Amino acid sequence: MSDEHSASPAIVTARGVEKRFGELQVLKGIDLTVRKGEVVVIVGASGSGKTTFIRCINHLETIEKGRIEVNGHLIGYRERNGRLVEDSERNIARQRCEIGMVFQLFNLFPHLTALENVIEAPIHVRKIPREEAIRTGRALLARVGLAEKTNAYPSQLSGGQQQRVAIARALAMRPALMLFDEPTSALDPEMIGEVLDVMKELAREGMTMIVVSHEMGFAREVANRVIMMHDGRIVEDAPPERFFTAPAHERTAAFLSRVINKHP
Amino acid sequence: MNFEWSFFWGYLLRPSAVYLNGLWLTLSISVIAQGLGTLMGLFIALARMSRFRVLQVPARIYIWAFRGTPLLVQIVFIYTGLAAADIYRFEDINFGFATLPANMQAGILALTLNEAAYMAEIIRAGIASVNKGQTEASKSLGMTYPLFMRRIILPQAARVVVPPLGNEFNGMLKNTTLLSVIGVPELLLATQMVTSVTFRVFELYLVVACYYLTLTTLWGFVQQRLEARFGEPNAVTSRKRAPAGLRRLLGFGQPGELK
Repeated sequence: MSDEHSASPAIVTARGVEKRFGELQVLKGIDLTVRKGEVVVIVGASGSGKTTFIRCINHLETIEKGRIEVNGHLIGYRERNGRLVEDSERNIARQRCEIGMVFQLFNLFPHLTALENVIEAPIHVRKIPREEAIRTGRALLARVGLAEKTNAYPSQLSGGQQQRVAIARALAMRPALMLFDEPTSALDPEMIGEVLDVMKELAREGMTMIVVSHEMGFAREVANRVIMMHDGRIVEDAPPERFFTAPAHERTAAFLSRVINKHP
Repeated sequence: MNFEWSFFWGYLLRPSAVYLNGLWLTLSISVIAQGLGTLMGLFIALARMSRFRVLQVPARIYIWAFRGTPLLVQIVFIYTGLAAADIYRFEDINFGFATLPANMQAGILALTLNEAAYMAEIIRAGIASVNKGQTEASKSLGMTYPLFMRRIILPQAARVVVPPLGNEFNGMLKNTTLLSVIGVPELLLATQMVTSVTFRVFELYLVVACYYLTLTTLWGFVQQRLEARFGEPNAVTSRKRAPAGLRRLLGFGQPGELK
């Protein structure tokens, strides 16, 4: 755990999280604490369970064992007679308001303009007055460098622009935590930088972030901790300087040499 | 050949009151039954796609039964059959300014129930065509099912639903002729009433065919406008890209295809 955040309150607490898809166990007991203001980057080969894990944090995936708390609220489940049962849709939706998520394929609403994408949930979920939501929405789009694109539809935007709108859309709910699921993997190389810049800015402002990514440069520069997942387990959890220079686990070393050879 | 042009033109261009009333009934019954059938079809589609079996199974049975039996059988069954078995007898309803006759109620009901089964499948296909990521993004923003269905999924499903919906209404305009068997004086029965007096079957059936052709043609223009409106989330860029049908086929709104 990075020293500067060791006294901060925990935003995410995952304990013994297990998940299976049919016969295949994808998460085999994940323990993780993320404190306020921390940026945690999760790396690992495809199939290691990293995407599944962050999708469990906002209950887009159910879990079979263990528990996940965000801001002290148990996510997706409620305790009844000492057992965990799935919570009501309404309560789960309320918990998700605290957790922003950015997807690999952006998932913008194609029938709405950039601004409409951003104000949709604040107006209809948070019940914020329309004028106020529009004001905040414009400010957010300006912050991600898209002040001129408020009235553009997603199909009129480049991939990088779409992803920045998606980040603004998630921020509009004022989340306590942001999850990024391979946010640059679907982008052309020349657009990766503009999205990473927005994420770096967000990190500097103190947003708590969990980022699944293959961007080693981003991890090295911005992360407080880098986590290596392998076969449904966390095998390495270290500050970037140690993670990249002196990994404790052989899997990490093997992974790094593969990735670094591929992207020098 | 025994064909009187004057008769044909006379009835085509100066229709009698019986004809005009028949035309009005055909149109109004079609609109009402299509509207109610679409609404009902939406709820059946949602039930059919539900993860709860108590909703899913009845919806499946409903669709199976109503698509698997002839509309004519359903019409007679609902109006005559239910009454004969003393289960339900339709009675005229008097609204003061107008009366809704029993057979018309039964007819509208039958057309609605039948249409709902077809619309359920069309709407289901429309909802299924919307990318799963849309639901996930909605959920991640704290939206609940009724909210994201209404605001996010259905507006996108409309793109896929509107073209077959237009075809359904075209069919509905013609299916109203079946109500003639239970005595609803729509366009076909109106024609039959006139032919039974004049014996000019050839001319008059040609006239009624022209009427239906006019209705369906006019509807074709409306349908084109509807498709233009619902087919494109934004009209500006669409011209530069692949034709609508192709994009619909490929799935819209995903980054790869939209460069």
